[in-house]
Amino acid sequence: MKPTTLILSATALLASAAPARAQLTAIRGATVYVEPGVVEKNATVVIDGDTIVAAGKGVAVPGGATVIDGTGKIVTAGLVEASTDLGLTEVDEERSTVEGAFARTPDQAIHAAYRVIDGFNPRSVAIPIARTGGVTSAVATPRGGLVAGTSAWLMLRDGGISDMLVKAPLAMYVTLGERSESAAHGSRGLAVEELRELLDDAREYARRRGAFERNQTRKFAAERLDLEALGPVVSGRLPLVVRVDKAADILAALGVAREFGARLVIEGGTEAWMVARELAAARVPVILDPIDNLPSNFDRIHVRDDAPAILVRAGVTIAISTLGAGAFARTLRQRAGNAIRAGLPPAAALAAVTTGPAAIFGVRDRGRIARGEAADLVVWSGDPFELSTQAEHVFVGGVEQSLVTRQTLLFRRYR
Amino acid sequence: MTRLLPGVALTLLAAGCGAANAHHHTAKEPKLDVIGDWSDPEADLPVSRTPPMPGPEAAVHNPAAKPIAITHATIMTARGETLKDATIVLDHGAITALGKDVAIPAGARTVDGSGKFVTPGIIDVHSHIGVYAVPYVGALADGNEATNSNTADVRSEYGYYAQDPAITRAAAGGITTAQILPGSANLIGGRGYVLVMKPGTSARDLHFPGAPQTLKMACGENPKRVYGEKGGPSTRMGEYAAFRAAFQAAAEYNAKLTAYKRDRALWLKKKARAAELDAKAGKDPRKHITPEAAPAPVPVDRKLETLAGVLRGEILPQIHCYRADDIRQMVAIADEFGFHIRAFHHALEAYKVRDLLVKHGIAIATWADWWGFKMEAFDGIPENAALFQQAGGRPTIHSDDPVGIQRLNQEASKAMWAGRHAGIEVTDDQALRWITANPAWVLGIDQLTGTLEVGKRADVVLWSANPFSVYAAAELTIAGGQVTYDRTVGLVPTDFELGNSGIAGPAKGASR
Repeated sequence: MKPTTLILSATALLASAAPARAQLTAIRGATVYVEPGVVEKNATVVIDGDTIVAAGKGVAVPGGATVIDGTGKIVTAGLVEASTDLGLTEVDEERSTVEGAFARTPDQAIHAAYRVIDGFNPRSVAIPIARTGGVTSAVATPRGGLVAGTSAWLMLRDGGISDMLVKAPLAMYVTLGERSESAAHGSRGLAVEELRELLDDAREYARRRGAFERNQTRKFAAERLDLEALGPVVSGRLPLVVRVDKAADILAALGVAREFGARLVIEGGTEAWMVARELAAARVPVILDPIDNLPSNFDRIHVRDDAPAILVRAGVTIAISTLGAGAFARTLRQRAGNAIRAGLPPAAALAAVTTGPAAIFGVRDRGRIARGEAADLVVWSGDPFELSTQAEHVFVGGVEQSLVTRQTLLFRRYR
Repeated sequence: MTRLLPGVALTLLAAGCGAANAHHHTAKEPKLDVIGDWSDPEADLPVSRTPPMPGPEAAVHNPAAKPIAITHATIMTARGETLKDATIVLDHGAITALGKDVAIPAGARTVDGSGKFVTPGIIDVHSHIGVYAVPYVGALADGNEATNSNTADVRSEYGYYAQDPAITRAAAGGITTAQILPGSANLIGGRGYVLVMKPGTSARDLHFPGAPQTLKMACGENPKRVYGEKGGPSTRMGEYAAFRAAFQAAAEYNAKLTAYKRDRALWLKKKARAAELDAKAGKDPRKHITPEAAPAPVPVDRKLETLAGVLRGEILPQIHCYRADDIRQMVAIADEFGFHIRAFHHALEAYKVRDLLVKHGIAIATWADWWGFKMEAFDGIPENAALFQQAGGRPTIHSDDPVGIQRLNQEASKAMWAGRHAGIEVTDDQALRWITANPAWVLGIDQLTGTLEVGKRADVVLWSANPFSVYAAAELTIAGGQVTYDRTVGLVPTDFELGNSGIAGPAKGASR
């Protein structure tokens, strides 16, 4: 092994994480995936500040722009990891490093007022590693309990929370089915009942806030801040993400959402393909992991590989996600590739990691390579889903990000 | 052979030969006039100390396997060469021909491999399929006998559920062989089990013929977490003390066995000599030989038997270790007690000590890009396998996961590309060996499988595209000459899944 002369400079590189400044940049002569299904060859993309100001064939490179030769490269919008503990979990098995993961016990069931953004670590070593997989945005989600709290959409730019935050609160998270039983006294039916009571109380609280302050309401099932946080859910402004796998439980969630006018999103959704028609009719999207194909519990008995393809064919908006460990966020594109292998059209796979999550969470101006969109994009050495491909340039909010990670430094120390 | 005379029977029992010897005495045996008892102490022992298993010859000969020929394919042999537009012929469980112009036996099922790729069957050296079967309910959790930090006497084979739905999916990912291991709760978790990846009614049907015995051990975080409040070890210090104590006991057991074998050989000689002299002595009582008590056999201890097998080099140690220092501790222990570690599993920090491992001839089984889920996995890097290859070692890519096992080809590809992107030269053939020939070596079956060559076992995968592509799917998986997955048929439901599954089930006409 070689001596370790590179350590200092490499460390300095990583430590200089003060956000680099956005500058005028042009990517020239690339194959640009303008949006899923729309490809322009030999196109130029111009980034100014944090925005894409021009994209397409025949776009001129402005004077003074830093030019990246895109010949033979593919440019896509940055990928979005639609449900992850990135920035919340540093080392999964060390409880002291895990944030926003609540116990599944009845006394720990309701955390509606919890906001991941208050516990998010913008300097997690997993963030630069996720970027090497072309992931430029992450939806950091709380976990556990019956109601876990609200998520945030973060762009994975070096810096602090203010450099990264795109939208929070983004959505409210609820768990039903087998995973909710322990939080609801051992019954999935009770979990649905508790959720209905909670949403009913939230609606009542929103209507009679004054009476509540004067102590003139009945006793509510949750604390004031939790009821407050659920207000936007019952008014249909904040998406309600229900983590659920079994077809019957998905329909139960659909029923609750209809009853309270909530904007439902299904996460997990192993058996969603069985109720694809109902989900499409109710415009309920699904966030799923296409490679998790084992009947790993009795809620997932009817799992199948081509579920993403079935859902998309039925008209359901999907997002592909690793559904969990931020350490694995860089494998997002491999998961999308496997969904293609199992029958999902490539354009739909690209949508499921770009425009899909943006549509699901109502985040605008992200997911396309077009004028006015946020400059979150990746210059790939080839097909973004292929294993041989490398993310060569990653721009987040108009700033090219370093692809040097802690792992790069370890490699350099020991190579 | 046992002859008991009334006067000596008690003496013999006291010497430990055991009353069971009396079973061997039958009234029909002619009474000889040799005084005393020369009963064979070995007669009391189990017929064999390991279960009878088919030998290596059965690995390459399967009368039930009908001929199959795959033609016009790109054949990646995992032994340096790739054949273009070539044919591979499988017959009676072995590869019988390989090349451009080969005769196809009459009656062979011929598969057009144009535009497709053929590789050896994929081998995963680290799986808990069957011992942690899906669905993951407590009733099916048979992977960790977490009642003692040393359970060298248990075997994953005996906890294996041969209708785990993960089995058919692994076969659909090109897996033909896997090592099923006990979990890593225990320092010494028990014997592993090398099998053919297909469903059955019992693990007993699924042995990879001729595969040596293996032993799972684990160091680092898991054992101390599990036993920290169950009597220890609660620290790494305690773990290494316990390993040393276990191997010390095994070394002493081995010494007793050696002494016993020596004493018994001597005693057998004396017995034969006595018989000769007695025969000569005729009826003269003064010339008869005073009997000598047989040496007492060493009582069978199944834990020590396993560890002693490791010391004797008969059982291949497979050690779960992440950190460089844990790896070095285990190498030091192996050196002290004189055994050879076959492979470190997970080995995320192998890159830090790769020269040492290469020098010791120890392989690693690792992931492409897993890291960070526990402290001892914090320093994992994607170049681990490539660096180990570059150092001259034998990397293998394992799954430890019934989802990951379905795409080891992709995992090998990622690890290969991580190396290449970091400037490390890795050939396609080397990366293919990470999931074929190298794992075969780790399991001691590399003479039988792991590469494509005439005479080897017909463990073969036909891929729809280059197996290093994310889009490649196994179209045919063939283990021992028999098709274990056929994409035109699809997944065949396991018993658990019959009438209880989202998989479409076999296409018309297919059955099993």
